Order: sequence, then structure tokens, then C-alpha cells
Amino acid sequence: MVQVEFLGPIGKKPILLEVKNLKDVAKELQKDKELQKWLNECAVAVNDRLVQSLDVELKEGDKVTLLPPVCGG
Amino acid sequence: MLELYLGQLDVDKIFLRWRKWGERKNYGAFITFIGTVRAEEDIEALSFDVYEPILTQWFEEWQQKAKAKGAYLMMAHSIGNVPVHTSSYMAAVFSPKRRVALELIEEFVEDFKANAPIWKYDVIAGKRRYARERSHKIVGSGLLASK
Repeated sequence: MVQVEFLGPIGKKPILLEVKNLKDVAKELQKDKELQKWLNECAVAVNDRLVQSLDVELKEGDKVTLLPPVCGG
Repeated sequence: MLELYLGQLDVDKIFLRWRKWGERKNYGAFITFIGTVRAEEDIEALSFDVYEPILTQWFEEWQQKAKAKGAYLMMAHSIGNVPVHTSSYMAAVFSPKRRVALELIEEFVEDFKANAPIWKYDVIAGKRRYARERSHKIVGSGLLASK
């Protein structure tokens, strides 16, 4: 299982997905209507490293994190 | 060095500690940026969520860039509520001479605004409201929306 975490204002609890790569995560999350407005705006990290492509294989215990638009300071 | 605090920053205390550190290290230039919460409309405070694992990486990458120029960075940020007229953010650059520090403070603070994983909320009547219109998408956002 891969854990998906939603940071900051998304306000959704982590979920567990049975997936093999980041493309599968995208497919699963796109089914969730609540999340659709966030997907266009979120950056993605795998095991706390930001990624720039969906061509990422995932293994048991990996963590995918969604980061919505930021504003520090 | 990256420092995170619950609530508002004790600016004077942090500044004094940083300044004395820079003097001991023989840096000739010390430039700070301090962000203070302004009173606007009905805002009582700003509130912040911070994602520390990626913030730490982001900061360490900047520290390496600074090091390559003989400079050193410090940053302090708040977590949670920060009332108006108090401060949530301090950044500093130390360098042997002024030019590097003057250039680096601008790049460092601007990239912080664009990419550091921190979320801001306005606190109005005790409730947090995400400052969506003032927020910036991190580079590479939207990946999961693609088919």
C-alpha cells in the first residue's frame, strides 16, 4: 500500500492506495470530486522529494504528498 | 540555520543572537528581512502550516548555494497564529562583503515566497481562512490532473 497525504488547506485525512506507480495515483485521485479542484494546483512529492513527472514507480510503504499553493512569510 | 517557532517570533532576541554569531564568525555584512503582520480589514492574525521535511530540504539547497559564494543563511518562521503587528518571518544573509549579501537576500526571500512549503490563513473572528488568492503554485504543480 502507498500512503497519500494532503497538506495544508486541503483538509483531508491520509488515504491508502493499492497502486504501482504515480500514474495510478493520479487516476485514483481524479475519481474524487472533492479533490478535483486541488489536483490542478498541487505539487507532488514522493517520499518527501518533489517530482516533475508521473513516470515514478512506487513500492509498498512509499508516501505521496500533495502540496497546494504556498504563501510563507 | 532554520528555526521554527510556535506563534510569533521574538524578533529582538533572534536578531541579537544572529548578529553576535555573525560578529564571532567575522562576517562583514549582515542583512535581515523581517516580515510583520499588517492590520488589514478584519484580520486579527495570520496563521501558518509548515511542512518541515520539504522546508528543510529547500533551505539546505539554498544554504549550499550561499556557501558556494562564501555566505551563510539564517531563517526563522512561525507555526500557528501570529497576531497583527508581530512577526512571522525572519531571513538573514551573512557574507564577508556587502555585494553577495545584497544579491542573495533578494533571491532567497523571493524563492521562499514562491516555493517554501508553508500555507497561510487569515484569522477573522477566530476562524482560519486559507489565503488562496495570495498563494503561489509550487514549480511542477498540476501533475496529478494530467490524464
